[in-house]
Amino acid sequence: MHEKIEKNIGLMAILIVIAISFGGLVEIVPLMFKASVVEPAKGVQPYDPLRLAGRDVYVAEGCYNCHSQQIRPFRSETERYGHYSVAGEHVYDRPFQWGSKRTGPDLARVGGLYSDDWHYLHMMDPRAVVPGSNMPAYPWLAERYVDPEVVERRMRALKRIGTPYTDEDIEGAYEAVAGKTEMDAIIAYLQGLGTEWTGQHATGDDS
Amino acid sequence: MSAFWHWFIIIITLGFTAAMVWLFIATGRARVPTGTNEEGEETTGHVWDGDLRELNNPMPRWWLWLFYGTVIFSLIYLVLYPGLGNYQGVLGWSSEGQYQEEMERASAEFEERFGELLELPLEELVEHPDALRMGRNIYAHNCSTCHGSDARGAPGYPNLTDDHWIWGGEPEQVFTSIYDGRQAIMPPFGDALGDQGVTRTAVYLQQLAGQSVDRTMAEAGRRHYEQQCAACHGPDGTGNVFLGAPDLTTGVYIYGGSLDDLRHTIRHGREGLMPAQRDLLGEGRSKLVTAYVLSLSRNGDE
Repeated sequence: MHEKIEKNIGLMAILIVIAISFGGLVEIVPLMFKASVVEPAKGVQPYDPLRLAGRDVYVAEGCYNCHSQQIRPFRSETERYGHYSVAGEHVYDRPFQWGSKRTGPDLARVGGLYSDDWHYLHMMDPRAVVPGSNMPAYPWLAERYVDPEVVERRMRALKRIGTPYTDEDIEGAYEAVAGKTEMDAIIAYLQGLGTEWTGQHATGDDS
Repeated sequence: MSAFWHWFIIIITLGFTAAMVWLFIATGRARVPTGTNEEGEETTGHVWDGDLRELNNPMPRWWLWLFYGTVIFSLIYLVLYPGLGNYQGVLGWSSEGQYQEEMERASAEFEERFGELLELPLEELVEHPDALRMGRNIYAHNCSTCHGSDARGAPGYPNLTDDHWIWGGEPEQVFTSIYDGRQAIMPPFGDALGDQGVTRTAVYLQQLAGQSVDRTMAEAGRRHYEQQCAACHGPDGTGNVFLGAPDLTTGVYIYGGSLDDLRHTIRHGREGLMPAQRDLLGEGRSKLVTAYVLSLSRNGDE
């Protein structure tokens, strides 16, 4: 058998894949069926149309390259950013924006931390509000408009893969984002981040 | 986790570990067809390219024992820590538990260092160097993004080092502003006043703040002011700390005091927001930072 496997590279490749798939079978597959991972955390709602549009702006501008959206359960993180993230907060994120690098701060709970005006100024010229910041300015967001049809189509697609939008939600989408700039959208998105989950107070584990 | 996945994980994990051990023992014992090379050493009998042979030496001992060592390590690990399905491990470790422990340790330390201090009323805290040092750190991390590292504010964000307090400068009022946040609402008056009305009102505001302006314009603006603005900012323009309506007689403005700035504020309104720090800072830290902020205006001029 040794000789057979050694001399047949195709067979060997298949056996190697089987051998290394055991780790994934144990670590990944059961999670896909675990309820606490696939169900929304208490209070978490699907994105409303404007915030959904803002999420697209976030992705399109590559914000995830410098900002993470995942607070790890360490004191050094929770004292700066708030309660650590839980899986159920990200169920309506397709794909999630956890990120892998923090050139800027984590944004998982940035919602409500600053005012809308602050965000506007900060996007137009970050140095105007944070002198030491190395974030680029995004002034064009204030001039570009959200395309309502794209938002509507996107909501339809999300509904098809399981986001519980109602027909009224989708019908109201056009109205909700028509005439809004990308700046309005991304501020709405940022102001909603991490604000919906209410479970942390129920367990009383937040100081 | 359901019983199925519980056993799925246990069987694959332990089964795979056992299979690896078996594989090493079995291949060590197996007799492969052997031959010998010219120097008389044992080979596996495989021949490549006519004359390349493979020696049939046993695995190096140290390597083999290292391997068995990792197996033993992983079995001990799986007994101590949660790894096998729903089994919690002998130590009862969890990432959440570790986090709780870390937080409790920190809050005990905070309590030990600042507990007595926080019993003091805010008035005394303002004089206390330890409270101010901690308050300054909290300020730098949480407040300086908007109010500036020198606390002198920025357009749209109040200066905290002067004596003008939009929501009141009493210690309890400042604490409330920090702990619960504030939402100011200056409604837009562009439609109600019209362009001319907006300009006249702005001129009157400049007069209120002691500038010399066109008397006729200001007089016309005063009538607008009395109708539209006096309810919140007061008939004499000194504002109302309970509504967050700024004093208009001081010449200190959050959003700028030029004629254009004033007109913009009147026409479009303003919605100043101080976000609540309750969840992030908690009561103790909010008190310390309140003390620091108060100290800025009290000791700043000396």
